[in-house]
Amino acid sequence: MRRRNLFIQLGISIALLALLGLLINNLAVNLIRTGLGLGFGWLARPAGFALAESALPFTPSDSYLWALTIGWLNSLKVIVAGLVLATVLGVAAGAARSSGNRLLSSLAGGYVALIRQVPLLLQLLFWYFVAFLGLPAAPMGGLIKLSNQGIQLLGLNLSVEFCAVLVGLTVFTGASIAEIVRGGINAVPRGQWEAFRSLGLAEGLGLRRIVLPQALPAILPALTSQYLNLAKNSTLAIAVGYADLYAVSDTTITQTGRAIEGFLLLLLSFLLLNLLISGGMAAFNSAVLGRLNRSR
Amino acid sequence: MRFCRHFSLFGALGVLVTLLGSCASLGTTETSRLDLVKQRGELFCGVSGKIPGFSFLSPEGTYTGLDVDICRAMAAAFVGDADKVQYRPLTAPERFTALRSGEIDLLSRNTTQTLSRDAAGGNGISFAPVVFHDGQGLIVPKDSGVQSLQDLSGKAICVGSGTTTEQNLNDAFAALGLPYTPIKYQDLNQVVGGYLQGRCAAMTSDRSQLAAARSGFADPEEHVILADRLSKEPLAPGVVGGDQQMADAMTWVVYALIEAEERGITQANVDAMVKKAEADPSQAALRRFLGVDGDLGSKLGLPNDFVVKAIRATGNYGEIYDRHLGPDTEVAIPRGANRLAEDGGLMIAPPFT
Repeated sequence: MRRRNLFIQLGISIALLALLGLLINNLAVNLIRTGLGLGFGWLARPAGFALAESALPFTPSDSYLWALTIGWLNSLKVIVAGLVLATVLGVAAGAARSSGNRLLSSLAGGYVALIRQVPLLLQLLFWYFVAFLGLPAAPMGGLIKLSNQGIQLLGLNLSVEFCAVLVGLTVFTGASIAEIVRGGINAVPRGQWEAFRSLGLAEGLGLRRIVLPQALPAILPALTSQYLNLAKNSTLAIAVGYADLYAVSDTTITQTGRAIEGFLLLLLSFLLLNLLISGGMAAFNSAVLGRLNRSR
Repeated sequence: MRFCRHFSLFGALGVLVTLLGSCASLGTTETSRLDLVKQRGELFCGVSGKIPGFSFLSPEGTYTGLDVDICRAMAAAFVGDADKVQYRPLTAPERFTALRSGEIDLLSRNTTQTLSRDAAGGNGISFAPVVFHDGQGLIVPKDSGVQSLQDLSGKAICVGSGTTTEQNLNDAFAALGLPYTPIKYQDLNQVVGGYLQGRCAAMTSDRSQLAAARSGFADPEEHVILADRLSKEPLAPGVVGGDQQMADAMTWVVYALIEAEERGITQANVDAMVKKAEADPSQAALRRFLGVDGDLGSKLGLPNDFVVKAIRATGNYGEIYDRHLGPDTEVAIPRGANRLAEDGGLMIAPPFT
């Protein structure tokens, strides 16, 4: 029996390897047929296109590699800001849903219900074309200057494209995080609530110090996948004119004709980014679990 | 039971391996794509589907436009029926991959012929003769007072992705030493949205596309296309390079449409012309062109009367142009460089001998 299992596993492995080999062979054959080998020499050539925003200096005479790097940094910027804001929004909405306050919990419930029914792309288009581009052309407001040419926040200049992507990703992911947080809070035995109340702790303090820490083990794994989703969803930025990694790759691929290499780089960049996120979350998760186990 | 499950798994893997294996062998054999199309009895044609006048989904749910008629003429010549076309709407970045991967047989999608796209070391595409001479331009709101590129210094400009458009825009501004901010979207619809919402001072694209987009504005007369020409954009259909039979067949169908206009052969009179040619042996050139005499078609791997089939389906080049871009259409682009050479344009067909 055992031997047969081993045989079957071996067979499947060989078949899978053969499949992979065939795929690579197909690719190679087709590349040769069309006279294109794989190569990355084009990365050093000047890009020849401008970018609307860049964290580091960029001109069209810089290389494709540098253009892609700028795109990656732009992606990173919106992803990191999105992760932080979505977490804040999600935890607040999740806690509000589990709170005894009728108004708060139904407001949070409405938010989650509305946002989860509408596709993200549609939301991004709404935030960009309706909300942000609907702003007047002349700046309005005091500390925060709003206009459809850009947002000025305490001396920080943000493009409307960046703001639309950031708000879209935050609101969308925040709704999913809210549900995860609510689920995590519900998983904490009711007795814990009764216990801190009987000690005379205020609701907010009890939630923060007693309930949420115990809810974390249930929240974190699901939260990680939401974080990864946010990172991947950021590629929709091209729909609203934000110069993220995907947008830059897109131009690069068309100008150089290097689709396979371009997509490989795109794949690797996101793999790297998502491995960083899931690695960080795994470390955080085990730290939380370790602390929880020690305190038990 | 258990063995059964494994067995079916093996079976599925086996089928997959065989399928993929056949893909690879298909990639290596040296048959022309034209044979595949004729065997299939249907042409897979890549179009945009979003550019009025070139390829656009009509209210009846069919594609229509100049690019679409090129597909139809090809299908008529290749497989004898202009309706035997499967259209694949493609975005600009998708199109070359779709062609190279074999998802489509022929690309007829507002594609500018360039060295890099033609060369084997670039995209490796064989282009047909140009079917529309275009050029990149800029459109601005009339009340902005913008007259030329200089007036756009430091302004935001809405541009679509995945075309030569971005590079041309940069070249034009860099040559004048003017700064600008490109706001780049993936889709022409979004470019138009950003422009109409006031995000950009101008929008850039091929003039044909600007004219087509403007026809859909609420107030078309409030927008002007600047006189500055950022590029020459000869738009041409294409097939995968290295397949001479397919490339030649495509090329000469386009020439046939132009030659037909030169000879005054139209959709309406083509059958009468064939009768005339059959009856009059002195019309040697006309007889060759229409396939009454000689073997021009079979040299291309096509039926000898491929010209007749194409013209019956779509009419000559001038008829196609007028149907989709002529003065009576919403897009209405003056024929300009797209007139016949004898009328002062650039359209000319080599001899059918």
